[in-house]
Amino acid sequence: MAVDPALLARLNVKPEELRVVRAQTSFLQSLYILEVVRGLAVTLRHLLRNLVRQSAMPTSQFPEVQRVLPEGFRGRHRLTVKDDGTPRCVACMMCPTACPADCIHIEAAESPDPSVEKVPVRFEIDLMRCIFCGFCVEACPKDAIRMDTGRFFDLAGTHREDFVLTMDRLLND
Amino acid sequence: MDSLNQHPAIIAGRLLLGWMVPLAFLPLMIWFERKMSAFMQDRTGPNRAAILGMRLGGVIHTLADVLKLLSKEDVVPTQVHPLYYRLGPFVAIFVAQLLFVIVPLTDTLRLGQDEIAMQGLQLDIGILWPLAVGALMVYSIVLAGWASNNKFGTLGGLRAAAQMVSYEVALGLSIMGAVMIYGTLDLNTIVREQGQLLWGFLPRWGIVMQPLGFLLFLVAAFAETNRTPFDLPERDSEIVAGYHTEYSAVRFAFFFMAEYIHIVVASGLVVTLFLGGWQVPWLDTAALRAQAKPVLAVMLGGLVLAGIVIVPAALRWSRTLRQHYTDARRHEGRVWVVLMGGAATIGAAGLALLPGLALPEWAPVAVAALAQISAFIAKVLLVALTFIWVRWTLPSFRYDQLMRLGWKQLMPLALVNITVTGFWLLLFGKGS
Repeated sequence: MAVDPALLARLNVKPEELRVVRAQTSFLQSLYILEVVRGLAVTLRHLLRNLVRQSAMPTSQFPEVQRVLPEGFRGRHRLTVKDDGTPRCVACMMCPTACPADCIHIEAAESPDPSVEKVPVRFEIDLMRCIFCGFCVEACPKDAIRMDTGRFFDLAGTHREDFVLTMDRLLND
Repeated sequence: MDSLNQHPAIIAGRLLLGWMVPLAFLPLMIWFERKMSAFMQDRTGPNRAAILGMRLGGVIHTLADVLKLLSKEDVVPTQVHPLYYRLGPFVAIFVAQLLFVIVPLTDTLRLGQDEIAMQGLQLDIGILWPLAVGALMVYSIVLAGWASNNKFGTLGGLRAAAQMVSYEVALGLSIMGAVMIYGTLDLNTIVREQGQLLWGFLPRWGIVMQPLGFLLFLVAAFAETNRTPFDLPERDSEIVAGYHTEYSAVRFAFFFMAEYIHIVVASGLVVTLFLGGWQVPWLDTAALRAQAKPVLAVMLGGLVLAGIVIVPAALRWSRTLRQHYTDARRHEGRVWVVLMGGAATIGAAGLALLPGLALPEWAPVAVAALAQISAFIAKVLLVALTFIWVRWTLPSFRYDQLMRLGWKQLMPLALVNITVTGFWLLLFGKGS
């Protein structure tokens, strides 16, 4: 029997002490037919339980019944707004810098507000690239981006463009 | 025999019946397979496809499957043998369809002086027919596997050949005990014999007289249908899809249908030989005909009972549906309420009218036939469900285990069964 000597040494077992132990089957088990009946009982139990209490089944009927995600779940992103309704984002480029997937694209412009340096005119998140790590949220100094929409399962589309979150969509979520 | 039974139209009708019944079972079987497997694995199974919002619990998916398979491109790979490749699925479905005609659906109908057998083929050799014709099934699989000119196909075909030939031995031997007890090969006579009572209260069904024979036949029948745990010819994890690897579209559908028809046929044979066939327990044909009115009342009562059980459930379901859905599907619950409520009303009306009704002369025969065919279909469904149940429970055999089970366990046990039955009949006679 080929057993790694190093393993035997570590376990403090001498090679001659090794024994082959086969799984013990009782006579009743070796008849097979009784075990078959036991197996059938298991599946029948599941069948009947699911037949009688279909609502208790773990499957959720997705588009009609939306699953409630736990609090703190990192879902689709959104941009938060100030009290006056303008984006909190100051286009500081912290999030695209932190983003490991390189999925955030920001174009900045001069802010009309003298107390704020810049505002974004374009803020796009490419969900095809996003890995939902949440680093952008961590990096943001203005609490302008969050991932608390609780939406994650509706990320489906028929075009590439459907997966690009524009500033419009980010602000209105 | 008599003239009407041999009338060409009647013969054609009988054959058509034997041909249509397994086909009618098909969508039901596929539905059961998908739903039962789902429930056993804590899934919901298919429930999306709908026609006008009616989903029928997923039956519509079968229809969608059929449409898909019919409208798919008919691919004939370039490396195959063109004739044999086309012949394989055709032989499969043809042979499977030939089998059911031997199974009696009810007792012989009596119309005045004439008698009409409710059996596609009335043969004296009866039970030998499915054994003989069923053996042809292996040709279709070997043809398909070999003509595919594909390693996996050929392996599947070879495995099928070895397996089916091996289990045919056990299949044939396991029914001999029953044949000895009932003293005939004719299936209708065998079923009639099973209507008698043992010790005055137990129906003389094959399962009572031949418990070992029943078990052996069931196992061998599982093997003949090529399903798990005997799915060597098409085991996915080893040889892709085995003999039908190269098949798609309608040709694949033919193999698929043949498999399910085979289950129905095997269930029909199990029921006919061991579970009393069309016998309603404790009521033979004469009793059913004599008691036509009470029997009819029980059937109508069953309809009312089904309504009473289903209508409240459907109402509850309807409420859930209307909560979740905004499209046509939200009305399905109400459709069921109306349908089942209507059926229950008809049943109740029938029950109310029945005592004052003078039944026409043919009614007792028709009522008895209806009761018997219901009993037969219920039993066949039960056995077919067992096929599905076993498939989704047991892991499949290794090749050597399969052969050992077939040759070293089933066959000797079948021989022991024959010997013991023979001695029993010799010592105690048929009377017991």
